[in-house]
Amino acid sequence: MSHYEAPIREPLIIGNKSYHDITLDVARPVEGKANKLWWATFLVALAAFLWGLGSIFYTIGTGIGVWGLNKTVGWAWDITNFVWWVGIGHAGTLISAVLLLFRQKWRMGINRSAEAMTIFAVVQAGLFPIIHMGRAWNAHFVLPLPNQFGSLWTNFNSPLLWDVFAISTYLSVSLVFWWTGLLPDFAMLRDRAVKPFQKKIYGLLSFGWTGRAKDWQRFEEVSLVLAGLATPLVLSVHTIVSFDFATSVIPGWHTTIFPPYFVAGAVFSGFAMVNTLLIIMRKVVSLEAYITIQHIELMNIVIMVTGSIVGCAYITELFIAWYSGVEYEQYAFLNRATGPYWWAYLFMMSCNVFSPQLMWFKRLRTSFMFSFFIALVVNVGMWFERFVIIVTSLHRDYLPSSWTMFSPTFVDIGIYVGTIGFFFVLFLLYARTFPVIAQAEIKSILKSSGDQYKKLRAGNHE
Amino acid sequence: MASNKKYWKSVEELGESSAVVDTLRQNEFVEEIPTDEFLGDKETLESSSTSRRDFLKYVGFTTAAASLAACEGPVVKTIPYVIKPEEIIPGVADYYATTIADGFDFANILVKVRDGRPIKIEPNKEVGGSTNARVQASVLSLYDSKRLQAPTANGEKISWSAADTAIVAKLNECKEANLPIVFLSGSCASPSTKRLIEQFKEKYGDVRHVIYDSVSETGALDAFEEMYGKRALPEYNLEKASVIVAVGADFLGDWQAGGFEIGYAKGRIPTDGKMSHHAQFESNMTLSGANADNRTRIRPSQEGLVLVKLYQALIGGVATLEESPLNTAILKAATKLKEAGSKGVVLAGANDKNAQLVALAINKAIGSTVINPAVTKNVRLGNDAEVAQLIADMNAGKIGAVLTYNGNAAYTLPNAQEFVAGLKKVKLSVAFTSADDETASVVQYALAAPHYLEAWGDVMISTGTYSLMQPTIQPLFDTRQYQDSLLKWMGDDQSFYDYLKESWSSNVLGGASWNQALHDGVFKMPATDVTVAALNVDIDAALTTLGKQSNSGEYELKLYSKTGMGDGQMANNPWLQELPDPISRASWDNYLTMSKADAENLGVKNWHVSNGALNGSKIEITVNGISEVLPVIIQPGQAVGSVGFAFGYGRKNGLKTDMQTGVNAFPFYKGYDTTQTDVSLKLVEGEHEFACVQLQNTLMGRGDILKETTLDTFNDHSLDPKHTWNKVPMVTLNHNEVEATTVDLWTKFDRSIGHHFNLSIDLNACTGCGACVIACHAENNVAVVGKAEIRMSRDMHWLRIDRYYSSEDTFVGDNEFKDNIDGLLGRTGAVQGFKKLEDPSDNPEVVFQPVMCQHCNHAPCETVCPVAATSHGRQGQNQMAYNRCVGTRYCANNCPYKVRRFNWFQYPENKEFDFNMNDDYGRMVLNPDVVVRSRGVMEKCSMCIQMTQATILHAKKEGREVRKDEFQTACSNACSSGAMIFGDINNKEDKVAALKDDRRSYHLLEHVGTQPNVVYQVKVTNKA
Repeated sequence: MSHYEAPIREPLIIGNKSYHDITLDVARPVEGKANKLWWATFLVALAAFLWGLGSIFYTIGTGIGVWGLNKTVGWAWDITNFVWWVGIGHAGTLISAVLLLFRQKWRMGINRSAEAMTIFAVVQAGLFPIIHMGRAWNAHFVLPLPNQFGSLWTNFNSPLLWDVFAISTYLSVSLVFWWTGLLPDFAMLRDRAVKPFQKKIYGLLSFGWTGRAKDWQRFEEVSLVLAGLATPLVLSVHTIVSFDFATSVIPGWHTTIFPPYFVAGAVFSGFAMVNTLLIIMRKVVSLEAYITIQHIELMNIVIMVTGSIVGCAYITELFIAWYSGVEYEQYAFLNRATGPYWWAYLFMMSCNVFSPQLMWFKRLRTSFMFSFFIALVVNVGMWFERFVIIVTSLHRDYLPSSWTMFSPTFVDIGIYVGTIGFFFVLFLLYARTFPVIAQAEIKSILKSSGDQYKKLRAGNHE
Repeated sequence: MASNKKYWKSVEELGESSAVVDTLRQNEFVEEIPTDEFLGDKETLESSSTSRRDFLKYVGFTTAAASLAACEGPVVKTIPYVIKPEEIIPGVADYYATTIADGFDFANILVKVRDGRPIKIEPNKEVGGSTNARVQASVLSLYDSKRLQAPTANGEKISWSAADTAIVAKLNECKEANLPIVFLSGSCASPSTKRLIEQFKEKYGDVRHVIYDSVSETGALDAFEEMYGKRALPEYNLEKASVIVAVGADFLGDWQAGGFEIGYAKGRIPTDGKMSHHAQFESNMTLSGANADNRTRIRPSQEGLVLVKLYQALIGGVATLEESPLNTAILKAATKLKEAGSKGVVLAGANDKNAQLVALAINKAIGSTVINPAVTKNVRLGNDAEVAQLIADMNAGKIGAVLTYNGNAAYTLPNAQEFVAGLKKVKLSVAFTSADDETASVVQYALAAPHYLEAWGDVMISTGTYSLMQPTIQPLFDTRQYQDSLLKWMGDDQSFYDYLKESWSSNVLGGASWNQALHDGVFKMPATDVTVAALNVDIDAALTTLGKQSNSGEYELKLYSKTGMGDGQMANNPWLQELPDPISRASWDNYLTMSKADAENLGVKNWHVSNGALNGSKIEITVNGISEVLPVIIQPGQAVGSVGFAFGYGRKNGLKTDMQTGVNAFPFYKGYDTTQTDVSLKLVEGEHEFACVQLQNTLMGRGDILKETTLDTFNDHSLDPKHTWNKVPMVTLNHNEVEATTVDLWTKFDRSIGHHFNLSIDLNACTGCGACVIACHAENNVAVVGKAEIRMSRDMHWLRIDRYYSSEDTFVGDNEFKDNIDGLLGRTGAVQGFKKLEDPSDNPEVVFQPVMCQHCNHAPCETVCPVAATSHGRQGQNQMAYNRCVGTRYCANNCPYKVRRFNWFQYPENKEFDFNMNDDYGRMVLNPDVVVRSRGVMEKCSMCIQMTQATILHAKKEGREVRKDEFQTACSNACSSGAMIFGDINNKEDKVAALKDDRRSYHLLEHVGTQPNVVYQVKVTNKA
């Protein structure tokens, strides 16, 4: 099963791990008891979630007016959050699907959590298109449902409708892909479970996995097929999200560069979020052997590359605005950088363009602390990128008579913090109940990329 | 009938005592009931899920359900007419001609009545009527729930008969004591009421009628009297004028009761290469100044001086004036006036006899045909001296009774406190008022009067033109009109209606039909060819007095009345409160307007908070010893050394809490002079929150939004407008320069069949008066959102009038400045350059641009709606299906014109929005043809589709084609200046068809390619 790997490559599993050790390491958080730190984090996240839930109910019960929006700025934090979460949700599929197709073994240590993060992030993202509606109770109008009104149909010209399809497809494919990978690991938990309830649950979740050769063969095939299906989605989802803006007529939105720029930005922010989560998780659930500095370094390189792409896009936008000779376009970008929201632009530029460049230094990109810090900075920066695109383009568009500003209310903030809370509630529950590492896959590379086996082989050569 | 027949069930019954029969008689059931099977087994019983309690619950529920189902639901019946009036058809509107004459506004109007409820005011165009914003909004004041609903005596409700008895007794007391009875009213132009008061005199002896205007024109009246021998205001036909020079006269506002915009606008539209020239000398930025070609800032006290210099330059005396910017401007105006000859006119604003005399003398000297002294107007008749005398007499105890009507003296008089004190000293004080206002609260008897839409009456607005006022609804409250009261007190049993009819047939109609006059609303006396010659008046004294006037203090105050609020009698009208001031674009407030230079000296600031809303510093102003703390708006165009302050605010009585806005300016109106020179200003702590709908005041050099050219360029027919003064944006297609409007991604749609609506807006004719904004409010049930929401930039106006200031001296200058921006940084760079363009000039050029949904044929909003809630109509409208809308607001974001309005909250029937839609009375004004929008949906201008459809149906029912120019929208109908022309471009006879292809026509943001159905006409200026 395991092929030969050059000794020059860094091991992906460190320490003297046997197959059984891996099983134990992965099962430990599920079978053990939660520590105080977990409970503390969980309660904070839950409180944030409940606050957000309250804010959502308040919004739906009273009206969108409880947000800070106005006649000129019709979207602000709602769609900023939406795009931000969708962007974050890109890393999982990229890691599990694209890296699978490219046979990048290092993904195995992190793909499970990255995918979980994807799904949880897309859940948050999916909330916003619904709650941002003035009449959320009519949200089903956006689905092309047969109805008694004859030709009453959705508008297939609308990018928002494309969003509906893009996001739902993405969520379902990601979920199926994730679950498929989970099957052998759930089966492992089922087999180890001593309490009948747990056994029953994990039995159900593992869909009757038996571990026969046929199971494995089908598993491999389905994984490959799903990876093939998911790969175009990595590109399509954020491309379509970017169409919300690119197909409009508003200067600052109406930009052909948006699709690649948004996809790069999405991968950028997604990897940053994976880094944020994993650097904490490897410590909290003692997975230092599987999520090594090498993983983090590789992730950092992706962040650096995508960050540079994003930076290029920012500069291209500015260049094209000047080159176009269109005064509205030129003013939109001048206003972005020097207008009343200059500070948001500065946040965006420094967080997204300058900070990832520090990853050129090996010392920095191989430091857990520094990586964690940069990951946070990138997350903040990418939020501001969406805010800058949405709000600064709208608040001063064509007719100066309509120019105004946007300021969030406590409800805007509440809903955003609430989704962060919801995200962590889901992730923390996941960390206690799911196999957080694809142990079946990891076992497959133990002999080729495991530390002690590498050493063993190195010894043989001497 | 009972039967004794017995039926045998078996042979056993034949026997006397059969065991079987006995058993059957004892036991109803032959076989034993297996109760033990159910109840005997304890285990079964306990495991049974139906307990006794459950059983009872089921029984209870079934009984309740059965009995409920048996009940009949409440039936709300609509009661049909027993005898249906011929003219009332449910769902079909009736129009009645009537007249508004509330002492401040006078207009011939049509009232649209739906199912017995007046819901809309329209100008009676057949008789040349026009409406301003207040007249348009007056229909809502009818449904004001804070109106005085019944007569009161000292604040307590009283019956009419009790009031009558008490008042008549007191009147007789006055008569016996030989104390005068005084009617104190606003300008009363009613011939029959005047006759009635004359008769009242006969009954009660010393009866006087003192007329006062809240904003006085006594100076003009006295001057006209001196020169023409009649105390009235002359008519100015500005259509005839080729040069208009106004000195402090806001004739497009409320100067001499307004209404001059019709003629003015006609003269301002360039026809045959000609248009009028308009020079304005003023201190506040007014509508007239904003529309002027040349606007010169002067301190209020300089108005007289300007007139004197103008007189001297024109009529001789002093040939040359020393060099100064003001003198140059005066000389320019004089030169223009000389050129114009009899087609020039000078208008003076000051309430000062001398100033008005000089203006009349100039007009006389140049032989102006614009002024017509033969036709005089009765819209302002007040006499300041008489009012002052009355108040003095009241306080001296020399007056027996004071009866007020058509005015709110306790609020509008500058010396209201003295007046109120005087009221305490008279035997009888009565206020006939429909509003529960300040005067009603201080008089002994406040007699509830009907709103003018509930009353009979007549008005002679100008000589020879008699207008009728007729009720359009049964009185909503226990009211009685004051003429009826007078008749009653005179012991006359007839109603005022009979009196009016009789009065007209004997004095006015001269045999003509009363019904016809009532139908038309106006009866015109046959024109008599009278020429009124001016008397020879020596104006040297006037010139000397005016010439002597010099600046007194460091600051001067110029009081003015606002387009929305006027003299404040409709302060409880949410439409007017929310109507943005056309100049400052602030709503729900009055404030001090101040020049930038003065603001800097005093440390006054205006700034924007994080959500863009405007805040301002506060100033303590002291005028003649009276102080108030006021917020300040820095007003471009305000003369340095002057501040402006509007009447009509600061009222408290009879107003909902939200409507109690601003500060009362009348106490500063000393001597009925809008110019006050004894002014001191002091910055005080604190900041004020304004509700301003437009936060960016300049055009940023975006010349394609507002195209402007000069008359000379416009008249140069060698120029191709498309490439010179009305540039069409060009793009490159296949390496060829083509017009951007010809490039198209969309499939063509044949619009030549059926109607295709277009709206033309002439920027030359639009004066910014705001009548269309209110008309749109009324027609389309647009919600009022209140001050806090306006501050959040959430106004719901479907139609707004953008007002732009130039950043350089002119907009052309702005464009040049922008074109000269070079590079990014540095003094000429984009960063600083565009920052500078954000600030208006000290005396900017001003333009008004009404903007509503542009009904784009290629609408950006339509493509982005995920649920197809907004889509295009066959007749060119962009339509909204409210039921389908889910409220993503994507359409509003993608609208280049930002005309879409979102229902952020549930506005109707929500106590958080306590305006007319949260009020049983206020909701009566809603137009049943237009749906009231609920929370969470997008709304916008529909091009009054309910009106165009009605027109089509009407024509169809009559079996004819729609007539030329028959299509109207609420805004085009309300526009008296003719700036808005609506119609069908497929009907080549419609005015709009020609206007669409006019040399001056252009579309807003043409380069976006939206192909709007609203077309603008380039503004042409005629500067000197």
